[in-house]
Amino acid sequence: MTIRLRVNGVDRTVDADPEMPLLWALRDILGLTGTKYGCGQALCGACSVHLDGQVVRACVTPVRRAAGGAVTTIEGLSPDGNHPLQRAWMELGVPQCGFCQAGQLMTAAALLKAKPRPTDDEIDQSLAANLCRCGTYPRIRAAVRKAAGLPEK
Amino acid sequence: MSERPVLITRRSFLIGLNLSAGGLALGIFPAWSRADEPSGKSGKAPTTADAAEEAKAPGLNPNPFVHVGFDGLVTIVCARSEMGQGVRSSLPVLIADELGATLARVKVVQADGDAKYGDQNTDGSSSVRNFFDDLRRAGATARQMLVAAAAQRWNVQPDTCVAHDHVVEHRPTKRTLAFGELSAAAAKLPIPAEKSVTLRPRAELHHLGKELPFIDAAAYVTGKAAYGADVRVPEMLIAVIARPPAVGGKVLHYDPAPALAVPGVKRVIALPAPKAPYAFQAWGGVAVLAENTWAAMRGRAALKITWDAGENGTYDSDAYRRELAASLQKGGTRARNLGDVDAALAKAARVIDAEYYVPHLPQMPMEPPVAMAHVRGDRCEIWASTQNPQEARSTAAKLLGVPEERVTIHVTFLGGGFGRKSKADFVSEAVLLSKEARVPVRVQWTREDDVRHAYYNAVSTQRLRAGLDGRGKVVAWLHRTAFPPIGSTFAKVKGPTAEDLQQGVLDLALDVPNVRAEACAATAHVRIGWYRSVYNIFHAFAISSFMDEIAHARGQDPRDVLYELIGPPRTVSLADLGIGKLPNYGAPLATHPVDAGRLHGVVQRVTELARWNDRKREGRALGLAAHRSFLSYAACVASVVRDPERTVRVDEAWLVLDAGTIVNLDRVRAQLQGAIAMGISNALFGGVTMKKGATQESNFRDARIAGIRDVPRKLHVEIISSDGPPCGVGEPGVPPVAPAIANAIFALTGQRIRELPLLRALRV
Repeated sequence: MTIRLRVNGVDRTVDADPEMPLLWALRDILGLTGTKYGCGQALCGACSVHLDGQVVRACVTPVRRAAGGAVTTIEGLSPDGNHPLQRAWMELGVPQCGFCQAGQLMTAAALLKAKPRPTDDEIDQSLAANLCRCGTYPRIRAAVRKAAGLPEK
Repeated sequence: MSERPVLITRRSFLIGLNLSAGGLALGIFPAWSRADEPSGKSGKAPTTADAAEEAKAPGLNPNPFVHVGFDGLVTIVCARSEMGQGVRSSLPVLIADELGATLARVKVVQADGDAKYGDQNTDGSSSVRNFFDDLRRAGATARQMLVAAAAQRWNVQPDTCVAHDHVVEHRPTKRTLAFGELSAAAAKLPIPAEKSVTLRPRAELHHLGKELPFIDAAAYVTGKAAYGADVRVPEMLIAVIARPPAVGGKVLHYDPAPALAVPGVKRVIALPAPKAPYAFQAWGGVAVLAENTWAAMRGRAALKITWDAGENGTYDSDAYRRELAASLQKGGTRARNLGDVDAALAKAARVIDAEYYVPHLPQMPMEPPVAMAHVRGDRCEIWASTQNPQEARSTAAKLLGVPEERVTIHVTFLGGGFGRKSKADFVSEAVLLSKEARVPVRVQWTREDDVRHAYYNAVSTQRLRAGLDGRGKVVAWLHRTAFPPIGSTFAKVKGPTAEDLQQGVLDLALDVPNVRAEACAATAHVRIGWYRSVYNIFHAFAISSFMDEIAHARGQDPRDVLYELIGPPRTVSLADLGIGKLPNYGAPLATHPVDAGRLHGVVQRVTELARWNDRKREGRALGLAAHRSFLSYAACVASVVRDPERTVRVDEAWLVLDAGTIVNLDRVRAQLQGAIAMGISNALFGGVTMKKGATQESNFRDARIAGIRDVPRKLHVEIISSDGPPCGVGEPGVPPVAPAIANAIFALTGQRIRELPLLRALRV
């Protein structure tokens, strides 16, 4: 089945089983491998992308749900890697292995869009289901605050 | 622990490493334009470090690690796998500093698996401690040749010239020549012998111990860093495998038809059942090969398979816990003996006795294992997120019955390793399937596969007994430990050897006259493997909990008792330890002794930072633990509070590390922060259970790891400044965290929890 969707500002068509999770449509069909598989059950957040501005877990979102919609992945978060969150992430050396970071960034980007100056609790709540085995959480918190222009702790 | 690496000095420039389809390879320090970062998906055909190609490379190539081009671009090879420890931002800097290169003109390429680099097994917290001098020598060799070329050009003595900032300068006249101008002439000079290569004084290593540029940061935050699953080559199929529940199980019968009926599924292939010892063999089962991952997953779900449970099909982790306890009761092989423990216990005024249990722990890196293999005739090309590319290479060569030279292995970024990716089993699967299917095959593990078919950290039960004299002083210390060791994965073994007890039992400084440690029998029924900090996790948990128990039994402060038990600052000899030898993580005792002073030092510093006495007086529930591992010393203070949602949580933690010389301060700090998070996971949630040989947990829902809300906002790490020999960094932060939390929970609740995960046993 052919599904039309807009990915990172470009119209794309995907010829796939409509039940195929958006994650695999992005990775295997469109070749956008920045979005990661970590659990397949919406438990870890590594596959977080934006669908029509909302964070979704691409691993459990059937591609048909994105039909006619606009998807933003890490590749489209900014034109050249200069989103304030990406800059803060680099300046504070947030990533360790880096694997979960696309999901962390996409979740944090949606948070800042909704709440430009989030509280510490809001930061923790919004990222509560984005797991990181390397334990980069302290720097994730600090980088979100930095990108939001909040003072250093 | 591996032998000291030998660097082979020969001219070989590593053509093709800078752009494999794996795409990891090229990294450029941030001053270089970020737009140069490769996507790793450019489709350029991968090439190999072929000897004929190497000979053609222009420029200075004194050894496999460094190349200086005619344009002055310095290419440095990182031979260790990048799995989050920042090794690509660390080791190349050492070489660059010795060379006198400007980092903005240094390009880092990732090595394929090849013995010419020395040991590449990125494991055992060894990358800096084992390679510190050798890699400096690689850079110094190139520097000496550039200096010699400049001296010849100017007709001056080489010792009047210095290399710095990408030039060689003649000191008296201040004339300079750029590296690029010298590389052609330098390449014609003889390569200096190892003993005539002089390392710079430490003060000239300008980046050492500083906050270094983070070479892969841009690739990480833009989604361009290519991990195992991001490698794409034409014609490839994705394989997802249905594996028997218990290792050693077999396929009795299966029907491929329902899987083949799934659109996109191309092949269904049964894998051979492994024979014990399982080592790095494929686990067996039935593989579904498809055009995309989703089809492969659906195909697997459609398979109907009847299993033979195999020799481990009755394994039950609860029953096994009782077996381990019985083994402790019997006693074991003496691994450490000082004085007469039995006599001292018999005479003791008071005996304190406790048993501790730590379950199997799965590594659960965020990226589940992935490997791609392409077998073509007698050749094989592999891309894998492997910690140990040489092992993967030889495993593949053996499987195919070809010489290793026919196998090329590219190392991608690793989405975490933690020991899981030291094992080549997932590479074995890809090789077997590609051979059979005659196309490139990428094996994708699901999270369920990862949790159920890991090489788990050993499950352990330990018993500690202390005899106290009339004044409360500990005069006898008996430590029995039972766990199925990693050796069981490679050979039939009955239990841990004395060597296995080096991790925290043999190298524990104790100021106690009668000490005995015993290694008690335990047979493995799952694959046992390395997991960040390995046996130190459970040994530190038991020992540091027990010391806390002794303190409370005596009504004294745990820190005072800890100081008393480890004794005054001193180097502890083998005789004082009561052992004949200490493997010491492969390092000589002369440079890396058991140093009670350094252990004392980290305890002192961490309790200063935590304001131990003040905070306790203020009513904070604090716990303390300290541990030597991988030659380093670490101490942790944890603070816990009651939490309506999660019963208790850690609200603040302090961790101090003494690891000798530090190369990359920021990446070490990051790893210590991470060690606290992993320690919290181990302490509060960690562990899997087995029934009828099958792991009961399957995903993050029931095999939990710490999330952002489980890690305290107030988190403090400090690294003791030192110019001593470098020691391990990646692992030593983890062991003290879990016992510090357990001790803090005792301070908060009065409950002594002697098993992990703590939250399972906590009563509220």
